[in-house]
Amino acid sequence: MNPALVAARAGVSRGWIEFKQTLTTPGDLITILITTGGFLAAIIWTRHTHVPGMHFSLGTTMLVSVLGLDVVVYGVITMADLLVTEREDGTLLRAKAIPNGMLGYLVGKVVNISGQVAFAIAITLLTGAFLFTGLAIGSPGSWLTLAWVLALGLLATLPAGAVLGSLFPSQRSAGGPMLLLLGGLTAISGIFYPITHLPVFLQWTGQVFPMYWLGLGMRSALLPNAMAAVEVGHSWRHLVTFGVLSAWAIAGLVLAPVLLRRVARRESGSNVAARREKAMRR
Amino acid sequence: MDHVLDVRDLRMRYGKTDVLNGVSFAARRGEVLALLGPNGAGKTTTIEILEGFRMRSAGEVSVLGTDPACGGEAWRARTGVVLQSWRDHAKWQVRELLAHLGRYYAPYSTASVTRPWDVDDLLEAVGLTAHAHRRVRYLSGGQRRRLDVAVGIVGRPELLFLDEPTAGFDPEARRDFHDVVHRLVDLEEATILLTTHDLDEAERLADRILILAGGTIIADGSADELARAMSGQSEVRWSLDGQRFVHATDDATAFVRELFRQYGESVQDLEVRRASLEDTYMALVRQAEHGLPRRLTAVAA
Repeated sequence: MNPALVAARAGVSRGWIEFKQTLTTPGDLITILITTGGFLAAIIWTRHTHVPGMHFSLGTTMLVSVLGLDVVVYGVITMADLLVTEREDGTLLRAKAIPNGMLGYLVGKVVNISGQVAFAIAITLLTGAFLFTGLAIGSPGSWLTLAWVLALGLLATLPAGAVLGSLFPSQRSAGGPMLLLLGGLTAISGIFYPITHLPVFLQWTGQVFPMYWLGLGMRSALLPNAMAAVEVGHSWRHLVTFGVLSAWAIAGLVLAPVLLRRVARRESGSNVAARREKAMRR
Repeated sequence: MDHVLDVRDLRMRYGKTDVLNGVSFAARRGEVLALLGPNGAGKTTTIEILEGFRMRSAGEVSVLGTDPACGGEAWRARTGVVLQSWRDHAKWQVRELLAHLGRYYAPYSTASVTRPWDVDDLLEAVGLTAHAHRRVRYLSGGQRRRLDVAVGIVGRPELLFLDEPTAGFDPEARRDFHDVVHRLVDLEEATILLTTHDLDEAERLADRILILAGGTIIADGSADELARAMSGQSEVRWSLDGQRFVHATDDATAFVRELFRQYGESVQDLEVRRASLEDTYMALVRQAEHGLPRRLTAVAA
């Protein structure tokens, strides 16, 4: 059988094993639950506030927008973090030492993180369905939109996460800048408040990044159509959403392999040993 | 005869520093080679170049008939690298991890070699059967090392690289590890290249010892051959009428024969001690460090 295909399949089961490990390792599970729970708490707080100019719960729109944020958090931040951590601890070197190991490793990461995103989205939506009104989750069209936005969103974010992860030399150096980036992007991406209320230059900046479009896509899937009125151009702009996310996906898929290959090429036993010594000395 | 490893005039330069300047050696199938040398002599650099993890500056290198700088995945499948685990795969269970990593080798089975190694047999071989379902993070240091070896050999490599495999081991873990290596050579006919600081380990495991100092191989031969070729000097101690004597000689046998011819039964407490590997090693390294390059090659008969 084709060795690359064998490795890809091994990668799928690798991802599934890692995902199950995430759910059965208390520390990892708690991190997911706290992140998800934290967002939910913030949203529940604003349940009875209305979207400016509309008779619609701000909490519900936030709940839906957070699904888009989730994709970015896991696709970019978790991906980058895992890549940095596992380069430091030697997982990547091990993958490099076996035939087609890097392919299996990457497929595994994609499956694992997709699983985590799906899990976070499921918890958020399930809780939301009980606590919030106005969610358009009855029609198959909603789910179809959710599915393509999610899939395209993962394609746009995972390679970006890989790129980011390959730029930082250590976990220590990566944490701060990544959180800052995430916080800044969230503030200008219309996740917690309609983007139309921001200064115009921030609106434009926000619309460059996938987070805004993921939030918009999620809102278009799960909110009543009338809610498009508060968006830029009073429209869900599906075509532009598709275009921007695809552009990010293509850029990432071109850039990520180059950077990952560079990272992988540099891995060797002595590099891992040097990092271990550095980490031990802390 | 085909060489599994063939290194000719290998050179490595970092910036303006020459770490390797002309390393040459070869290994036949089934041979166990130990690469010895003081810190910073370039042992790890050499092994990483052969593993394909590091690009060389110059020289010719053939590993299993291929240049490791452009060895593909099929070549990779025939080699094994024993890495030192640290925190990687901590959440994985031992058996689960070995079974997973083995899958990548399956397409590279040949008529003579079935890849990967059966997981349960492998666990048995490295003595981890009892810990098959334990998470990696809960293994002791010695158990973890055995897992590293298992990961390195799960694809039934024709050539195995071990870089300071027993650094930080307690004596028991070290002995366990040596047993595993012996079994591997006996059962699998694998060729092994290991680096170590431990002379005792080199003597115990290796068919042939290479000493790397000052960026070149300064000695190449079995422990015994090296000791003999180095100086051939042995130390003879004896006593005569209560008085003790020591004499260093190139030909201990002839010296002792002469001793008995002259003094007959008055010779007492006779002791003949050939230079140990440690003596040889120290002498060679000292010589190299004082800029007396000479290559000592002891060719097996």
